[in-house]
Amino acid sequence: MNKSNDPFWWTLFGAGGALSAMLVPILLFLIGVATPLGWVDAPSYAAVSGLVLHPIVRIAAFSLISLSFFHWAHRFRFTLYDGLQLKHLFRLIAVICYGGALAGSIAAAYVIW
Amino acid sequence: MPTNITLQVLRYLPEDGGEPAFQDYEVPLRADWVVLDALNHIKDHIDGTLSYRWSCRMGVCGSCGMMINGTPVLTCAAFLESFAPGPIRVEPLAHFPVVRDLVVEATDFVNKIKDVKPWIVRETEKPLSEGEFRQTPEELADFKQYTMCINCMLCYSACPVYGLEPGFTGPAALALAQRYNLDNRDQGNQERMDLLSNDEGIWSCTMVGECSEACPKGVDPAGAIQRYKLAGAADWWKSLITRKGK
Amino acid sequence: MAYTLHHPKWHRDSKPIFWWVMNWASIAFILRELTSVAVAYFAVLLILVYRALQLGPEAWAALVSMLANPTMIAFHVFALCTLLYHSITWFNLSPKAIVIRLGRWRIPDLLIAGGNYAAWIFISAVIAWAYVAS
Repeated sequence: MNKSNDPFWWTLFGAGGALSAMLVPILLFLIGVATPLGWVDAPSYAAVSGLVLHPIVRIAAFSLISLSFFHWAHRFRFTLYDGLQLKHLFRLIAVICYGGALAGSIAAAYVIW
Repeated sequence: MPTNITLQVLRYLPEDGGEPAFQDYEVPLRADWVVLDALNHIKDHIDGTLSYRWSCRMGVCGSCGMMINGTPVLTCAAFLESFAPGPIRVEPLAHFPVVRDLVVEATDFVNKIKDVKPWIVRETEKPLSEGEFRQTPEELADFKQYTMCINCMLCYSACPVYGLEPGFTGPAALALAQRYNLDNRDQGNQERMDLLSNDEGIWSCTMVGECSEACPKGVDPAGAIQRYKLAGAADWWKSLITRKGK
Repeated sequence: MAYTLHHPKWHRDSKPIFWWVMNWASIAFILRELTSVAVAYFAVLLILVYRALQLGPEAWAALVSMLANPTMIAFHVFALCTLLYHSITWFNLSPKAIVIRLGRWRIPDLLIAGGNYAAWIFISAVIAWAYVAS
C-alpha cells in the first residue's frame, strides 16, 4: 500500500482550523466591524504598530496566517472532490491549493518581516 | 386517520431489461406496522414478484436496510405512521449496485470488512499456561461502542464519499478496525495502520458525519475515524522521525 | 479492492454533481467546508494590515478608511457569521477526535467541547482587552 502524505497536510489543516477557530472571529470583529462602526475607538497608528509589530506578535501572526492558508488548502481540495466531483484533477488541485497556501505564506513572511 | 397509505417502490427487473421504475402499492395504515410489514403485505397479498431482504424484523440482523424518502433506514424500525399521509418512497440502499428490486449487491462491503483484519492480532502468542487476558470495565468501554455494528450498510449509503469513490474503505469497516485497535488484547495497530492510513482508507473521510446519523446502533463510525486520523497523523510523524533516525 | 465489481445485469446509479443540494444535512456540510474560504480571506486581510503598517501612516489611514466602507462592513459581518459557523462546528466536533482517559475516567465529550469553548472565550477576551487598551 502506498503511504499517503495526507497525514502531513491534515496536521496543518487541524492546527490551522483550531488556531483560526480560536483567534479569527474576535480579530475580524474588532478590525472589520467594531472599529469601523465606532463601537471601539480606532487605535492610533503608533499604538497599533507597537502592538502588532512586536516580535512575538509577528511570529504569532505569521503562524496564524500560514496555518489558515494550509487549513483552507486541505479543506478546499476535498470540497472540490466532494462538491464538484473533480477528483480526477487531483494533481492540478493539489498544486493550486497547497501551492497557493505556500505562496500566501511566503507573501506573509515578506510583509511581516 | 386515513386507513391506507401508498408505498412508491422502485422496481428493477433485470430479466425484462429496461430501467428501474416506481410502482405504487396501497397498504393498510396500521398503527403497529413498520415499512417491512407493508412490504411483506405487498408480497403476500398484492404482488409476489417484489424482492427484498429481511430477517429478524427487530433491528439486530442488519438485513432490511433500504432508502425511505431518500434516507437510509432499517425498514423494520420505520413505522408507517411516522410517514403519514405518505406516499412513502422505498428504494434500494444507495451507493450499491442493484441486483433486483430492493436487493443490493453487498460484496464490496463484505470485502472491506475482511480487509481490515477484524480479529485479535497478536505479535506474541500468549500461552494458555499464562492464563486469561484481563480486561477492566474501562478497557472494555473504550471499544465496546464499536462492537455494536450489525453490518447493515446504512452508513455506506449515508456516506457521500463512498458514493463518489467506491474504493473508500468506508465507515463500518474503519469502525470495526478501531474496535480491534482499541481492544487491549489486540496487538495489530501497526498492521492495520499500514493498511488503512492511505488515500482509500481514513484520509478520504471528510467528516461529513452522516454515517453516525444513519447508524441504528449508535456505533458512531465518524468518531472512530476522527480518532483514527489523530492516531494516523501521530504515526506518520513518528515514522518520519524514526526513518530519519535510521 | 483495486477495481469496482461489475455485472452486466446490475444497476448502478451515479451520484449527480449537485447531490449536496438535495437535503439540509448535505447543504450544511458543504457550507461548513466552505468556511475555510473565509479563514483564508482573513489571512489575506491580516497580510494587508501588516503591509499597511510597514508602509507607513498614510497607507494605514487608507486601509482604515477602506475598512470603514459600508460595503466592507456588511461583507465582514457576513464573513464573521461564516467564521462563527466554523468555530462552533469545529469545537462541537473536537470530542470526536480528542479522547483522553485519566486513569480509569474518560473525560466526557461535553467537557472537551466545553473546554474548547471556555478557551475560545478567554482568548477572545484577552485579545479584545489588548486591542481596546492600546
